[in-house]
Amino acid sequence: MHEMGIANSVLDAVRAEMSRYPGSYPCKVGIRIGEMAAIDQDALRFCFEAMILETDMASLELAIEFCPRRHHCLECENEFVVHDYDSSCPQCKSLATKCISGDELELAYVEVEEYAASTVGAKST
Amino acid sequence: MQRVPLERKVLSENDRVAAELRARFQEHGVLCLNIISSPGSGKTSLLERTLETLPKHDRVAVLTGDIQTENDANRLKRFHFPVKQITTGGTCHLDARMIERHLADWKLEDLDLLLIENVGNLVCPSSYDLGEAAKVVVLSVTEGEDKPLKYPSIFFKSDLLILSKIDLLPYVPFDMEAAAENARKVHPGMEIVKVSCLTGSGLHEWMMWLEQQRRAHKPLAQTIVG
Repeated sequence: MHEMGIANSVLDAVRAEMSRYPGSYPCKVGIRIGEMAAIDQDALRFCFEAMILETDMASLELAIEFCPRRHHCLECENEFVVHDYDSSCPQCKSLATKCISGDELELAYVEVEEYAASTVGAKST
Repeated sequence: MQRVPLERKVLSENDRVAAELRARFQEHGVLCLNIISSPGSGKTSLLERTLETLPKHDRVAVLTGDIQTENDANRLKRFHFPVKQITTGGTCHLDARMIERHLADWKLEDLDLLLIENVGNLVCPSSYDLGEAAKVVVLSVTEGEDKPLKYPSIFFKSDLLILSKIDLLPYVPFDMEAAAENARKVHPGMEIVKVSCLTGSGLHEWMMWLEQQRRAHKPLAQTIVG
């Protein structure tokens, strides 16, 4: 439902970052979405593509890394992926475990490429 | 091709404003709660009963969010505490900027408690930090006991679950134990209070929880003087 706002925030971040790279364009943006982040990946892709359509970022690819819910066991230090909401430690069965990831809604990276024209320009000088 | 690391939250701008709000709330000893539920679970009724119970001169204010209408603010204004409606005009959640804007002409030093009623929605509000000290999720018994499993994010992030409309239990097939178990599957150890705003059942427990939070939130100096 709020994926449009999320897509917009991602594009704002890319635009802001690109101001530091004149003569280049963004070809891919990588984000991380946690299992518990309440973001629908398909809806986000749909919104993202609708927003870049016929803009200068039309070729921008969205790479989504899905992050499962992971817990850390406070008893035996084991780290494990939580399946079916069972957050007890599979190793020592302790219930004293703490969530360490799965809530991500993060910008990971942007891949930038120099415009061909500027490359040619650079060579000719 | 060059890969530039970004490594920040997608909603970092919202989080920045929320962090500023949180710092201001802390500075003035204001406990801020973000109350979230599906539409029609009884957030406004809970607030009505809360405001009705609080002492007349208590330093409490309410921000209430909806897509359209001033209906909720009108319902809550009759208790003579400061109340403001936030109409989002279509947005399905409140964000930190809306809170900042609507707090602009209130003095935080005059407040101890700020109750924010979010837009009725179990999904999107869970992504937007409003600078609150805690989120409270309300689930009514007419909604089904599997909601915590279907919408885990908000149950995971809320400190308290209020199971509302328990006066309807004789008429609806709702398994209270299963609901609590599902909530605690998603959020181990989650606190749960069962209330009926109609009969008043369980409201005492909710008010006790609220009082406990307010005490825990008061700056140390104020606690000693008080």
